This record gives sequence, structure tokens and C-alpha cells, in this order.
Amino acid sequence: MNETKEKIKTFIVENFLFGSEDGLGDDTSFLEDGIIDSTGILELVTFLEEEFSISVEDEELVPENLDSINNVTAFLERKITV
Amino acid sequence: MCGIAGIINYNHAEDMQGTLCRMIGLIRHRGPDASGIFISPNAGLAHARLSIIDLSGGDQPIHNEDRSVWIVFNGEIFNYPELREDLVARGHRFYTQTDTEVLVHLYEEHGSEMFNDLNGQFAFALWDQKKEALLLGRDRVGIRPLFYYQNNGRLVFGSEVKALFADPTIPRKLDSQTLSDIFTCWTPVGSSTPFGDIYQVPPGHYARFSKKGFRTHRYWKLSFNSQSDEYPSERPLLEWTEELNHLLRDAARIRLRADVPVGAYLSGGLDSTYTSALVKRNFNNLLRTFSVSFTDSRFDETPFQEIAVNALETEHRDIRCAEKDIGEAFPQVIWHTEVPVLRTAPAPLYHLSKLVRENNFKVVLTGEGADEIFAGYNIFKEDRVRRFWARNPDSRMRPMLLERLYPYVFAQQNGKAKAFLEGFFRKSLSETNSPVYSHLLRWQNTAHLRGFFSDDLQKETGTQEEFFDRFVSTLPADFMSWHPLSRAQFTEINLFLSNYLLSSQGDRMAMANAVEGRYPFLDHRVVEFATRVPPCYRMNGLKEKFILKQAARGLIPAEVIDRPKQPYRAPISKCFFGNQPVDYVEDLLSESAIKRSGYFDNKKVSRLVMKCRKKEGQILSERENMAMVGILSTQLLDHQFIQNFPTHPIQEPDDVKIFGKGQEAGKLGR
Repeated sequence: MNETKEKIKTFIVENFLFGSEDGLGDDTSFLEDGIIDSTGILELVTFLEEEFSISVEDEELVPENLDSINNVTAFLERKITV
Repeated sequence: MCGIAGIINYNHAEDMQGTLCRMIGLIRHRGPDASGIFISPNAGLAHARLSIIDLSGGDQPIHNEDRSVWIVFNGEIFNYPELREDLVARGHRFYTQTDTEVLVHLYEEHGSEMFNDLNGQFAFALWDQKKEALLLGRDRVGIRPLFYYQNNGRLVFGSEVKALFADPTIPRKLDSQTLSDIFTCWTPVGSSTPFGDIYQVPPGHYARFSKKGFRTHRYWKLSFNSQSDEYPSERPLLEWTEELNHLLRDAARIRLRADVPVGAYLSGGLDSTYTSALVKRNFNNLLRTFSVSFTDSRFDETPFQEIAVNALETEHRDIRCAEKDIGEAFPQVIWHTEVPVLRTAPAPLYHLSKLVRENNFKVVLTGEGADEIFAGYNIFKEDRVRRFWARNPDSRMRPMLLERLYPYVFAQQNGKAKAFLEGFFRKSLSETNSPVYSHLLRWQNTAHLRGFFSDDLQKETGTQEEFFDRFVSTLPADFMSWHPLSRAQFTEINLFLSNYLLSSQGDRMAMANAVEGRYPFLDHRVVEFATRVPPCYRMNGLKEKFILKQAARGLIPAEVIDRPKQPYRAPISKCFFGNQPVDYVEDLLSESAIKRSGYFDNKKVSRLVMKCRKKEGQILSERENMAMVGILSTQLLDHQFIQNFPTHPIQEPDDVKIFGKGQEAGKLGR
């Protein structure tokens, strides 16, 4: 799972933080810390679907699944093992 | 309408003529019709004229009876005929038919107390030879601009900053703090400008400069009083509405005073349709109107423009704006805004004023200001919804109201992520006691753009909290006793109206093509009325501009009144990274250019640029779009004003009338 987590982190750093990982912890809230703005979430979802060959349902688009590196990692773990 | 400039030097005799001619040369777009300068031992005043009133006799500078008071004036005094009548009765003798000359005599009567009598949009410089003192004055809401640089007994001023830079002794540098403010709240704050040591006379202020020094004074302030949420019983809505109609009709009437024809912008929204209808029905049955439309349907309002034009039966012209038009004009746009912007919205207005000018119009009425004073913007509704939600943060239903405000954010695929979007608006939800609750989210979101600053720039600028504290410290003492809507409106007006809307989207875009905008909603009688209107009549539930809609009903088509409010927005990244590359974008955002100017982190910028290039920039979020426009416009500002000023040879006027020297008008032929 560490590899998954690294991939997610790299994507967040490259695409939303433009290369700077200052202050980004595994539990940092993307919303609270403003890492992703109101229109950026779709980009994260598109990445997850393409990179991990999964399909994210509308009802799964909630902060509990997508609001931090740990949340996303756990969400992916559930999706892939199902 | 015009451009003004000047130099006051109490230190030593200075040969000013050459500098004054260059200053006027740099702002000739504001006044291509005539130029004049006045020179005395301590003072030089310069003027570029756009002739609108007294076409043959109104050349400036203008003086009083004994030539001891001289003025250069930009703008309009709409109540000048009434003021003139009174001054003539008091024995003043006039030699022109202008509003400008009224100011000279009004000053003789009242000195700096003169401002209370003025209804207008103006910036002027008045030199009192006997007192050896300069008076700089600016209108109440800051429609016309006035910048200055002051250093040890010497003052240089002008309608635009570029005029000041004609003087090579004035430092040219961008100010770190102001850059940081712009990348937080979208505009410079108060009297600051993006340029270090260059300031502006704030709206509603005048300044005196004498041998004793430079001092600014406030003569007018915007103030809401303490009002409750309850419906006022003492005065029915109908009476408020009638008063508003009466005031606006008069505000429009005096704004038609001109010796040239007056046209109107017609966006298809409530505000400009209403003012155009007032004019068409009451004063000018042959009204000509102008609008901008977009090839991108997400921004276009053509269907509503057509409804308005058909109902009002005006002769209408439209300019259709494509992404390419915005991208190509953007360097010119920034040359005129003189400030970094986070939106491309000024660019289409630059094309619109060009259209007006091509149709031989110099003056247009516009609907600007109504959204501020009658609470039209989404940010006011967002504040109300968030306060309502904050009282029951676990409610499922309350945050759903947000969807009605931002259909374009919640639209399409993004709409799937509703819960996530709600999370965005939940931030700082409980901080309802913050004086700036209405704007917290916007500022917090925008301040993330500062992450693109270089290490050096980050070190020189304060934190986001320091910005909040600095702004809050300027608020009136009784601010927290005002209704939340009044607080939100005050914050919006105070920060945004003059320093962004009326400048970057107003004066600077219109004057770039020598067109003067006039704003009935910003007549101070209308503004003061709006602050007295009970909050529930400004915004009723989530119905914006409630009283204005009441006033407009019956006068303009119901479709225009009842349409959903569409914020004026323009396309962004595709203008710069579309299928046709725009050459300067590549140059100014290159790693070497970013390093050379030093404001931004070149690695982050190159990653952003890469993201922009993917799918023609269509995957950028709102914030990333703002970052891109902000960085590009800062680079353009640096390129045009700091590194390569002036980018084009200065075109000094051929034919300047010289006053003062020997007291007779001379001519400087070229």
C-alpha cells in the first residue's frame, strides 16, 4: 500500500502544489488546508480512475473518501480488494 | 474627460516644460482633442483634453478672474449649471461655458469645503498662486483616478501612473506588500498601488500640498447605520421604490448633460437595461446602445441582450469576443490597468470601448455600481447561506442552497462531487463573529496563490492573518452593529469598487479608447439612499437587488428582471494556451523570464504552465486560472513598466498651449 500512497502523494504535490510538499502530511485535509479548491476535485477523481483502473460512483465522492492522502489510500484499498 | 498631470516643486526652480509634455504624451489616449500646460515658478499643470462640454471654448488649464487660481480637471460636475447660476449671482465672472470653470469659482467661495456641493465624477488639481498651495480632489466613490509621488517638497501627480514615470527621477519598482494583497483580495488596498512609493488620493478625499507639507483629508464616507432584520413598519415598500425611481431618473437626467451625444452600454442584465430604459423613455428616444458578446456560450448573454434591445428599440451595436481577442489584447489591457489582475474580464471591455469610439461616441452611461449598493453579488448570498447553515451545521438541506448560487461550479460532472463542494464552503463556517465573515472564504482561497511567490517575495510579505487584521483595523468603529448584509456590502465596496471595478474594468478600459463612462447608480444621492434602505429590501431572502427589481418592473421586460443573475465573466486559460499560441505568453512565462523578474518560483510556474498546455488549459481549476492570469499580468506589468519603460516612443502632442509664462497663452509648435 505504501506504493499507492506514494503515487497519490506525488500526484497531489505535482498537480495541486506545483512541486512543493511543505506542510502536506498524510492526514492533512485537502479542503481545510485549501490544497484542492472547489473545482479541483474532479482532477483527483480522474487520476484515480485512470491510474488504478477503478470507477468512482457519485455517492463515493465524499470528503470521507477523498479529503486526505490517508483517506484516499484507504478508499482505494477498499475499492481494489472488493 | 481628460488626462491631468503636474509637478509642484518648493525646493528650487525647475524647468518643467519638457517633463510636462512627456507626461501628457503618455496619457494622450485619455484626451486626444487638445493639450495645454500652465507654468509658474513653483508649479506646472498639464492637461490632455477630451472635449465634451463647451467644445470650442473649454481648453484647459482654466483660471479665475485675476489668474491667481488655475485648474486641470478630469471628469464631470453634473450639477454645474445650478452651481454656476449661484456663483454668477455672487458676482463671479465666467469666460467659458464649462463645468471646469465652476470649480475655480467655487474654490474661491468655499476653499476646500467646496466638495460637499459637487455631484460628479472627478479628479482635479487646483493651484492657488497667492497661497502657493495645491489642492488635489477626487470624487466620492473614486470613479476618476489620481496618482502621486511625493518626495521632500516636490510632488508629481497624474491621472495614470505612466505619466509619473515620464519623470526619470521617480523610482520604478513593484511593491511586495501590494502584490501580496492582490494575490489575497484581488486588488490593492486603500491608497496603495502596485508601485512602491506611488499612492493615490483615496475616494472621497482631497489633499493639500503646500510648503508645510502634504496632507489628505476625508470629506465623504460611506456609512450604513444599525438596522435590524425586521420588516420596517413605518414606511411601506412602495414609498421606498418611488423614491428610488425618482432619484435614478434625476441621476440619469443630469448624466446626459453633454455637448456630444451620449450612448449606453447594454449588457442584457437588470442594471444597464433599467438605466437605458430610463433614458430612452424620458430623455432620448434615439438612444444608441453597445454590448459585448462571447463566442463561448458559457459567458455569452446575447439572448438577454436581444430581449432588452427589442423591448427598448434602441439602435444597437455588438462586438463579439473570442478567446484570441482577449489573449492578443492582454498586454495593452495591462498597459492601461497598471495593476496585476486575476481575471481577464477587463479585456472584453477594452474591445467594447473601441467599438463605441468607432461609432463616434465619446460618452456612455453604464449600470456599474448597482450590484454593490443594492446587493447583487453572489458573495452576499453566500454570506447569508453560510450564516444560516452555521446555525445548524449538521443540516443536510441548508448547504444545498449553495447550488443555487454557483450553478457553474456545481454544473456538469463537477456536480457529482456535491458533498465535496459543500466541504469547500464549510471552511470557517463557525467564524460568524469575524467582521469579514462574508469575504473570508474568498480571501483564504485566493491567498493560496501566494504559494507561487519566490522565496524572496514571500519573506517580504506578511501572513494572511496580518492582511485580515490590517483590513479590519480600517473598519468604522460601529461596524459590528451593522446588519451582516451591510457589513458585506461595505467590505466589497471599500476594497473593490474603486480599486478594481471602476478602474481596471471602468475608467482605464474606457479611456484607453477615449470613452467616458457615466454611472447613474453611483450618484451619491443614490448611494446614500441605498445605505438607508432596510436590508430586507436590498436582498429579500435570497432575491438580490429586490428594491431595484421592484422599481424596474413595468419599465423593462420581465424576462430581464426575473432571469437568474449571471456574473460577468470572461474566458481565461484558453485565451493564452489555445490552439493558436500567443507569442508573448511563452516569453514572459519562460524559466529565464520568471527568474529575471524574481517575483515567482520558476519551478512552480513551469509546472503550472505545463498544466495549462494540457488540453488547452481546460483542466485548470478556478484558483489555477486566477494564478495563471495573476502571474502573467504581473510579468506584463514588470516588462512594460519596470524593465522596458516606455515600451513605445512617447508621442508628445504637436500643439500645446502654454499658459502662465508672461500670463498670455503661447503656442508650442512641433
